[in-house]
Amino acid sequence: MGRLNGGSPAEAGTLRFATVGSVDDGKSTLIGRLLYDARLVPDDQLAHVEEVSARRGDGYVNLALLTDGLRAEREQGITIDVAYRYLATPRRRFIIADTPGHEQYTRNMVTGASTADLSVVLVDARHGLFDQSRRHICVAALLGVPHLTVCVNKMDLVGFARKPFEAIRRDIDEVCARLGFSDVAVIPVSALLGDNVVDRSESMAWYEGPTLLSHLEEVRVDSDRNLRDVRLPVQWVIRPMSEEHHDHRSYAGQLASGVLRPGDPVVVLPSGTHTKVASLETHDGELAEAFPPMSVTVHLAGHADVSRGDLICDPESAPPPARELVADLCWMSRQPLRAGSRYLLRQASASTRAAVREVRSAVDLATLEQAPADALALNDLGRVQIRLAAPIVCDPYRENRATGCFILVDEATNDTVAAGMVVEASP
Amino acid sequence: MKHHRELSHIRALEAEALHIMREVAAQLERPVALFSGGKDSAVLLRLAEKAFRPARFPFPIMHVDTGHNFPEAVAFRDRRVSELGERLIVASVQESIDNGRVVEETGPRASRNRLQTVTLLDAIAEHRFDAVIGGARRDEERSRAKERVFSFRDEFGQWDPRRQRPELWSIFNGRVRRGEHVRVFPLSNWTELDVWQYVLLEGLELPSMYFAHRRDVFERDGMLYAVSPHVPLMDGERVFEESVRFRTVGDMTCTGAVRSTAGTLEQVIAEITEARITERGETRADDRVTEAAMEDRKREGYF
Repeated sequence: MGRLNGGSPAEAGTLRFATVGSVDDGKSTLIGRLLYDARLVPDDQLAHVEEVSARRGDGYVNLALLTDGLRAEREQGITIDVAYRYLATPRRRFIIADTPGHEQYTRNMVTGASTADLSVVLVDARHGLFDQSRRHICVAALLGVPHLTVCVNKMDLVGFARKPFEAIRRDIDEVCARLGFSDVAVIPVSALLGDNVVDRSESMAWYEGPTLLSHLEEVRVDSDRNLRDVRLPVQWVIRPMSEEHHDHRSYAGQLASGVLRPGDPVVVLPSGTHTKVASLETHDGELAEAFPPMSVTVHLAGHADVSRGDLICDPESAPPPARELVADLCWMSRQPLRAGSRYLLRQASASTRAAVREVRSAVDLATLEQAPADALALNDLGRVQIRLAAPIVCDPYRENRATGCFILVDEATNDTVAAGMVVEASP
Repeated sequence: MKHHRELSHIRALEAEALHIMREVAAQLERPVALFSGGKDSAVLLRLAEKAFRPARFPFPIMHVDTGHNFPEAVAFRDRRVSELGERLIVASVQESIDNGRVVEETGPRASRNRLQTVTLLDAIAEHRFDAVIGGARRDEERSRAKERVFSFRDEFGQWDPRRQRPELWSIFNGRVRRGEHVRVFPLSNWTELDVWQYVLLEGLELPSMYFAHRRDVFERDGMLYAVSPHVPLMDGERVFEESVRFRTVGDMTCTGAVRSTAGTLEQVIAEITEARITERGETRADDRVTEAAMEDRKREGYF
């Protein structure tokens, strides 16, 4: 059984996963159940939930109250915003982004999925795969989440029968094949009663796969990292300007992909300056090599002119600087997006003005196809063409999640209005 | 060298925190880092060293001094800041009281916990800070679990949980207008145990009160309080000596101790690993006022 604070988990590393479900799919209950059955709920939090459930007149201990933390969420019985939970079993550590699944909260779902290794999507066994669930799976696919787990919940309400589960599974397989998901697990559960969440169900002997927890503990994510193409966005230039470190000038950033060693030839983009890594430093001393997600400081040979926003790459895989992007967007503002609008684009450590030249299409969630469109409304997913005021250095999102993603900021309100993923970049 | 290029959990959290610290420095013009003398802010200062040395920190350090601090924490604060050679700003709640900005609570349960919000916001306005870096963690409390790493505050210092900016990948949006600011939490994804393991890994010094020691205490509302001039005893409360340590360091008026004999870091970590109660649930009276006590204070501008 899990200790509250984990102990020392084995080598499996940390799994970041996002959970998505529609209102009433029982998502918060599922997470509550996961925490409760793995004995990961602190006693004071459990006592609090029991006390509040009793006061509200809930018929059972309402495990959803473990994650719905805001006043408005508790009053309305819904999840409004992404909540993060941290847990550790003896086998693995988890960071959970618990995201609301209602259409109006797509932006929160996208937020949770953007950093996830795996998405857990909930489907109601009574209703099957509605548009909502297709949307959830589609968002996970668009955001390049490598692994998908679908929990067919409320199996208790269909008599724990195999037939409805298999019908839903066929629909899921079909959707996933179209979206190109290769790693998909489908698990029949009852979050309310705990079947197949942590403990194996006694009511569904026909199901031979893993429980949700054991699947999450075992799924392998280390091969998802890109160790091939060197990409180091320069975040900050360290210049002490002191007697002791008179000529010190180094470049700090978090390695997005690839492996970097002293002596490696590199090119600094967008300027195109070729140089070499003189040394890799941290506050704790020099490094023989750096790999993602390390935050490091690089000394370059010679006098390269490098500043925030530049990208240090290996010369073989370095992409050409781009001023024209075709990109997928999730639109997050009430103000619809139309051609001609200007924003601030932020990608890696770079920042430049951007004009949306054309809205090409929006995803039709019924068919999962791109349909012609000339505007994107709040929570729409669609494809656009963007022109940049200054070149950026990026990769297609499919090839490199860290350098292929960007956000658009409205300069009038300072709000983040879009999540963007590069499909194609050209000069 | 045939290792599999996997950063340990704790080093991955460290790398993420360094990225966040450098983003604040690069995006905002006048950041400040809060330091209370507690374990989380001790970790924060080590992360700042790792992010910016051999240069100076690109921000000063600020302590909101309620005047009800544990003396050990204040001594530790001064020692640590002078070792680092960085600039310390002390924002004093006593001064806010003397200037009539706030009114002191009275009675045996009086606390300056809520008053410090005014002192903090006044200091932010006075120094025109546009970013305030703090050591809060999402695992501490329900409403903190919903907060962004870069958390926007309006010109009144208020947090509006329903109007938070989406935070995608590791791209942060720190844009503010004059008078507004962002609170930045590099330890967002750390747990209590992560903090302790980092303290051990890095050999960080902490105030002595984090380790078991004998102290005069009394019991109130199921918690052990240190005897101090700031907390008058109520009828029937009896002082006794106990071996205790503190899991959090807040004001003496609202921070409880736990019975413990853990005198070393390793022993403290062993105790926390087995603990069945959260640190704030066990030792913080300020969270117990209502079901959403933290959310309500955060909306007003509390840290």
